Amino acid sequence: MPIDILMPALSPTMTEGTLAKWHVKEGDEVSSGDVLAEIETDKATMEVEAVDEGVIAKILIEEGSEGVAVNTAIAILAEEGEDPAEAAKSGGGGGGPAPEAAAEAPKDEPKKESKEEPKEAPKADAKPASAPASGGSRVFASPLAKRIAADAGIDIAAISGSGPHGRVVKADVESAIASGGTKAEAAPAKEAPAAAAKAPAAAAVAPPVISADDPIFQMLPPHEAVPNTNMRKTIAKRLTESARDVPHFNVLADVEIDALLAMRKQLNERDGADYKISVNDMVIKATALALTRVPDCNVAYTDTAVLRFAQVDMAMAVAIDGGLITPIIKDCAAKGLATISKEAKELAGKAREGKLKPEEYQGGTFSISNLGMFGVKSFNSIINAPQGGILSVGAGEQRAVVKDGALAIATVMTLSLAVDHRCIDGAAAAGFMKELKAILQDPIALML
Amino acid sequence: MDKQSFDVVIVGAGPGGYVTAIRSAQLGLKTAVVEANHLGGICLNWGCIPTKALLRSAEIYHYMNHADAYGLSAGKPGYDLEKIVSRSRGVAKQLNGGVGHLLKKNKVPVFDGWGKLAGGSAGARKVTVEKDGKVFAELTAKNVILATGARARQLPGLEVDGETVWSYREAMVPKAMPKSLIVVGSGAIGIEFASFYRTFGAEVTVVEVMDRVLPVEDAEISKMAEKAFKKQGMNIITGATVKGLKKDGKSVTASVEKGGKVTEITAEKLISAVGIVGNVENIGLEGTKIKVDRTHVEINEWCETGEAGIYAIGDLAGPPWLAHKAEHEGVICIEKIAGVKDVHPLDTGRIPGCTYCHPQVASVGLSEQAAKDKGYDVKVGRFSFVGNGKAIALGEPEGLIKTVFDAKTGELLGAHMIGAEVTELIQGYSVGMTLETTEAELMHTVFPHPTLSEMLHESVLDAYGRVIHM
Repeated sequence: MPIDILMPALSPTMTEGTLAKWHVKEGDEVSSGDVLAEIETDKATMEVEAVDEGVIAKILIEEGSEGVAVNTAIAILAEEGEDPAEAAKSGGGGGGPAPEAAAEAPKDEPKKESKEEPKEAPKADAKPASAPASGGSRVFASPLAKRIAADAGIDIAAISGSGPHGRVVKADVESAIASGGTKAEAAPAKEAPAAAAKAPAAAAVAPPVISADDPIFQMLPPHEAVPNTNMRKTIAKRLTESARDVPHFNVLADVEIDALLAMRKQLNERDGADYKISVNDMVIKATALALTRVPDCNVAYTDTAVLRFAQVDMAMAVAIDGGLITPIIKDCAAKGLATISKEAKELAGKAREGKLKPEEYQGGTFSISNLGMFGVKSFNSIINAPQGGILSVGAGEQRAVVKDGALAIATVMTLSLAVDHRCIDGAAAAGFMKELKAILQDPIALML
Repeated sequence: MDKQSFDVVIVGAGPGGYVTAIRSAQLGLKTAVVEANHLGGICLNWGCIPTKALLRSAEIYHYMNHADAYGLSAGKPGYDLEKIVSRSRGVAKQLNGGVGHLLKKNKVPVFDGWGKLAGGSAGARKVTVEKDGKVFAELTAKNVILATGARARQLPGLEVDGETVWSYREAMVPKAMPKSLIVVGSGAIGIEFASFYRTFGAEVTVVEVMDRVLPVEDAEISKMAEKAFKKQGMNIITGATVKGLKKDGKSVTASVEKGGKVTEITAEKLISAVGIVGNVENIGLEGTKIKVDRTHVEINEWCETGEAGIYAIGDLAGPPWLAHKAEHEGVICIEKIAGVKDVHPLDTGRIPGCTYCHPQVASVGLSEQAAKDKGYDVKVGRFSFVGNGKAIALGEPEGLIKTVFDAKTGELLGAHMIGAEVTELIQGYSVGMTLETTEAELMHTVFPHPTLSEMLHESVLDAYGRVIHM
């Protein structure tokens, strides 16, 4: 029985991705473990490996196709002894994207032929009876479009419709066939269940869509339209949601870091030091410690409960080509400065090379964004939901301070905390800042 | 001089123009219409509508003559031509007033005069309005929609004189019933007049240059129509041309050439119905980038001409020459202008056409031959009226519903009908085609019994070897 190779879910939250590159072509023999294709998600590029032996009978999704929904059939594999030409016709009958099943690893799919549902196994010439439903949402397509897509072995759910209300019509299917497979854009209906689950209130209001060919831009000076990458789209989507739906408030504090800098110098100059600790590493550690002392700030809000985390997984914002990403240092409070420093360097390096694994950038209970190296005094960040807070770190600079009634000079750094008021109240936020300031000004605490 | 500015100025208030004006107003655009003659255009005043009124009189007269078949007696039927014509004019007048009311209700001012493009530039076009040789208004418009329509084509040697040689115009208001009549052209207009005059007893000869009557219809339908017309006593000459006319004041003699042989046919009147030409003259097209191809303005899929912000719709913009095509083009055009989402260009392959002769003819989409010529492997369904209970009860057992499907996909490519009330039936298939149904949905549709519409179902079943009542 031919096997549909499905678009894998590379992370629990992944709903779609870009098929960046095929490493095989139709007719190639593959064996288990061979790299078939590269999938680009919103944050990283991952390889898809073969889990079965056979011959690639048909490639259904072209290289470079964006927005390919998870569980969309991307290729058909003919097993040993099967005629690839016949197998190629079986095409794409595999299920549409099912967000709740997204965690399922792709290698589970071929097992369909095993005991539970032997009758269900599609025959090589079986035609899908109707468009696959995605998470219960209906695909709006004309009967003719459905039939032509089924005959051509194309997943109609992956075709965007040009008819009234986005209905998929004959012309859409024909152009999808002409372009060699399912069209890139996923039908908007497909994203609805996921979006609705995240923000039920927001789902009802469709924000105005502004496109680069809007006439308003013709009035602007000559410009280049850089198409939005997956990362750009993710940044736009998630930060818009956070800025719109999460009630932010900020708490600022100035911290004197002369003692901290002295300790850093001392640590880095130790004989045989195989580390180079940065101020940022120390802020990470200090923040983790402060969160341990004020666990009310190491939380996340959900509609049914406030989640209180038992450890601090620190997400640190790293600027990379074309955007930013937040790799995570797990259980920071339990790690020493040298370990934190080493992990931070490694993760930042991987981030810049686009090689982070999903588990290295997903999750996190709290975030830190440091723009101090650019000399900014202070700034406010948008919370990386569903986390409860984010700390913005400004530059350490010499400022005039008043000590014991007299002017003095100290190296001062401004920290700005943004928290989600739904789960963190003012007193807790202030309490956390008080602890953080105390630790940073008395850095020996970091050694505890 | 009246100077006003509008978002949209529409030149011509025929079915294309006035419908567009109403839609434009609905969309909140400041809209004006310029009309030189009458609201509703040819369609409403001198075309579709008044001919339907005439043909209704003919239909009832036909039934009166066949009253006996229904067990009725009413003495010898007679008619008063003046009253028939006056009823027809009354119908047109009522609707003409209705259009005026609709425009008023939608707050669309009507400039009563001859509209003409008069310069300006993109975004601020000028349209002048002239009455009695005097320009009395200059309108500035962001968008101009030309909807000036068309008029009867005049063939050299067949020029309309209004006495013995008529156009549709004279044929619509006869003072007396001619004893004999030659109709040149067997398209919808020619055949409808032939049918009307024949029903009231005129000897009618139809001369058609193509090899069959109603040449745009499916060949099978044309053949059935020709047979029905001949049975009614019409003389049909196809594959023939009129070489010349001789007139003696009381009659006209046409030299009809067919296959190299010339026959002289004399009749009291001759109706020239040899197509139409677009009204492209004196509307200010000269010196613009608007291109005219054989009396029709060239447009893109959104009805825009070579000049940005100037549009053309309806007969002026080319075939098919149908009021409903003009209306749809106008709506698409104005919605595009207004930035409405989900606007799609007109699919001219799905425009139904109706001819209200007796028997009626209606069709939509590709004929069987056209489908084959396009390379389709077709499945054809046929269902005759004689198999339909309602048709028998109506005393209308003659007719055919023909469907053409793509054998590969089940797409309904076309439908062709002849018989009682088929002009009211065709829309069922039009809706189906627009929704892109396949044979499966049509088979699953429940058609009410007893109706003529059941034949739509049976024809589909027949295409797939499942017909019940044949």
